Amino acid sequence: MQLNINGATHDVDVAPDTPLLWVIREELGLTGTKYGCGIAQCGACTVMIDGVATRSCVTPADSVSGLEIKTIETVEDTEVGRRVVEAWVENEVAQCGYCQSGQVLAATALLSDIPTPTDADIDGAMTNLCRCGTYNKIRAALRSVSEA
Amino acid sequence: MGVLDQISRRLGQAPVNVSRRGFLAGSGALVLATALPLRPVRGQETAAEAPAVEAFLELRPDGTALLRSPFIEGGQGIFTAMAQIVGEELDLAPENFSVEIAPAGGPFGIMGGYRLTGGSMSTRTGYPVMRQLGAAARAMLVEAAAQEWGVDASELVTEPGVVVHEGSGRRAAYGDLAAAAMDLPVPAEPALKDPADFRWIGSALPRMDVRAKSTGRQTYAIDVEVEGMLLAALRHAPRLGLTPAAVTNRTEIEAMRGVHSVQMLDGAVAVVAEKFWQARRAIDAAEIDWTEGEAQWPMPADFSSAGFRDTLASATGEVVEVEAAGDAAGTLEAAETVIEATYDAPYVAHGQLEPPSATARFNEDGTLDLWMPCQAPEMFVGAAAAAAGLEASQITLHQQVLGGFFGRHFLYATANPFPQAIALAKAVGRPVKLIWTREEDFLRDAPRPLGLARFRGAVGPDGPTALQVEVVGEGPTQRWYQAPPGQDPSATEGISGKTYAIANTHIGQIFHANPAVIGYWRAVGHSMHDFMYEGFLDELAQAGGLDPFEMRLSMLSGSERHRTLLERVGEISGGWTPGPFEAEDGTTRARGVAMASPFGSEAAVIAEVSVDGGEVRVHQVWVALDPGQVVNPSTVEAQVQSAVALGTSQTLVEELVYENGEPTARNFDMYPILRPDQMPQVHTAIVESGAPMGGVGEPGLPAVGPAIVNAVATLTGQRIRSLPLSKHDFG
Ligand code: FES
Ligand code: FES
Repeated sequence: MQLNINGATHDVDVAPDTPLLWVIREELGLTGTKYGCGIAQCGACTVMIDGVATRSCVTPADSVSGLEIKTIETVEDTEVGRRVVEAWVENEVAQCGYCQSGQVLAATALLSDIPTPTDADIDGAMTNLCRCGTYNKIRAALRSVSEA
Repeated sequence: MGVLDQISRRLGQAPVNVSRRGFLAGSGALVLATALPLRPVRGQETAAEAPAVEAFLELRPDGTALLRSPFIEGGQGIFTAMAQIVGEELDLAPENFSVEIAPAGGPFGIMGGYRLTGGSMSTRTGYPVMRQLGAAARAMLVEAAAQEWGVDASELVTEPGVVVHEGSGRRAAYGDLAAAAMDLPVPAEPALKDPADFRWIGSALPRMDVRAKSTGRQTYAIDVEVEGMLLAALRHAPRLGLTPAAVTNRTEIEAMRGVHSVQMLDGAVAVVAEKFWQARRAIDAAEIDWTEGEAQWPMPADFSSAGFRDTLASATGEVVEVEAAGDAAGTLEAAETVIEATYDAPYVAHGQLEPPSATARFNEDGTLDLWMPCQAPEMFVGAAAAAAGLEASQITLHQQVLGGFFGRHFLYATANPFPQAIALAKAVGRPVKLIWTREEDFLRDAPRPLGLARFRGAVGPDGPTALQVEVVGEGPTQRWYQAPPGQDPSATEGISGKTYAIANTHIGQIFHANPAVIGYWRAVGHSMHDFMYEGFLDELAQAGGLDPFEMRLSMLSGSERHRTLLERVGEISGGWTPGPFEAEDGTTRARGVAMASPFGSEAAVIAEVSVDGGEVRVHQVWVALDPGQVVNPSTVEAQVQSAVALGTSQTLVEELVYENGEPTARNFDMYPILRPDQMPQVHTAIVESGAPMGGVGEPGLPAVGPAIVNAVATLTGQRIRSLPLSKHDFG
């Protein structure tokens, strides 16, 4: 099957229903996308599919063939992504960091779609879990981008 | 004697110059270790087998420094703090440091021959050693310059990274002096800086790892890649004590795509495959017959957490005294207003976001390399040696940055995947990375023990006059380090160790073994006992018609430090206003207060809550934290945010329920943790009282729960004595 990941087409030979997460991690060797729960609860595995933040652990690879998949490794290729990363660095959001690939991508997807989100927009889009409790810093960083 | 005493006896050991030793000789770097002797040489082990790399600090010719931190980074910012401390005394900007985790063994056991990352101990135990290390290196660089310039060292000063002779204007960069400094003796007692002159300690320097962690570049144990490795997934027996009898569809499983083999382990079945997903899919398809086997802590088939709570509530037995003052029993007997209550808190899972994993590789010479998360490297190496049938010296442990820990990565026998990874690598003759799925992590985590305490108290017009508490159960320090009842802080801390003056007090422990494999969870005993104590304290205030804040203040008249802290949290919250009151958004809210004395620090917390659709909502939390003194205020602030999040999470929603010997939750669907929209605003005041440095990672947590629960009582009239709040109806 062919997958378009980070702007390149990859031929991958996997069972069609292999979760995209494991294709990204194991076939492409891109480990920035994390496994946290495997059941769409935590968001550590978030990638962008045609610009939409998507939990790759429950996304069968064959369902996204032909769509544009973007992982954390290329987040800084867009202006919004670059600003989100800078805001994350500036606000020192990360603690253990394990959830942050997903958080950064969720924020990038939101801000690419809605540059100045309302609180309700943020609540609706930023649902990834963070066991370290960086939620307030995540929101502050996100706000610093939208209000810049 | 406590861990702290052991540590303080060890501190003050002078660094030694090991520049010319081992493979580092000839690198031109000034290399310092501490003079702490290597762990006692055991058996046939010789000095030559001791770890080769034993340096804390290497100052390179290019002026940068490599610092080996005895403590592992897991989000708490310890690598940055260590660089700040060494950099301060060395006079080298922390940004010039790279920091990595110190390997197991060698001189890194600065906690008295061992070290662990936990107990909120890292900064406070590292502080004196790291300062001395930096100061010694600086003195040697100065001396090297003095000799080269033919002047007296006393004429020289340093600027960051440079030795300066003010008289002549001569300057030399540290990197250029490193080679000459290598040959100098290490000063035994280098002068330490006056804290008034600190440039970096105490300032909010940025964390070193934030960019890597914002771009997916930080790797963790789960990301380890070893040449030629296979991947493994496994399924544990549903209860400890069962073991696999057969995999009835083994042939089918072994024929699945990518599968290398099915492996029977002690209490588990594993599939080894080319890829993790292939292994996972195959193990999910496995049909396994389980049979009774052996286990150190077999889980009874009829065990339930609800039943166990009732057992603890009615348990009788010897009450081992933990603390006593005055005559609690007599005062209670004679008192007019006496109240009683039983409090309990559930098992809680660590839920660190990175699932556990371990990678094992046997090398041709019979040695073993291991990659894994770990909070106590020397202990893990010892256990790995036993598991592999090797000497500790034959094992190289590659400790990985932790994707959260909260106590998850201590040595807990059945809760650590590395013995299985070792067995699998041995069985298949190739390196194996074993990843536990989240479901297996929930099944074999070592949760915080379910805890229970029975309170009796008397209150008069001026406050509590007597308190009698029986804490029932088992603490993790008894389980893992054989601390006897009454001497196991983890079993009672937060009920014992309180500061309030109650003239007649008796705190005792009734030991009752916990059938589950229990572990350390952030703030350990404090995480639940302070909830119980501070909740009961509010009940006493209510029974005595006293304001809970004012009553606490008057009970702290003997301690300026605690009074100051309580007053401070009152101030930052805009003045103590318990409510109920109407907030700007029209909700009715109330506030609660609580205090805790965890891990050498002091905390006072006020929480503001409302009830929305029958559920408690925590809007704001104010924390005044006094860790004595602070290395990096922004890290401390981040740790308070984190502690409030976890404290709120366990108070609102967390509970690991067992039925029929199994946890009913196997993932975050059935075991919710705090969501972003449940996170309160956090307002932090750091108070530096100048007391001996205390911990930071855990101390923000324990008072959060009781502050919330006390606020809920004020708001609703419902006194909650059993967590979490989500199991109660506030409709
Ligand atoms: S790993 Fe995909 S949502 Fe948790
Ligand atoms: S930073 Fe650790 S889980 Fe979010």
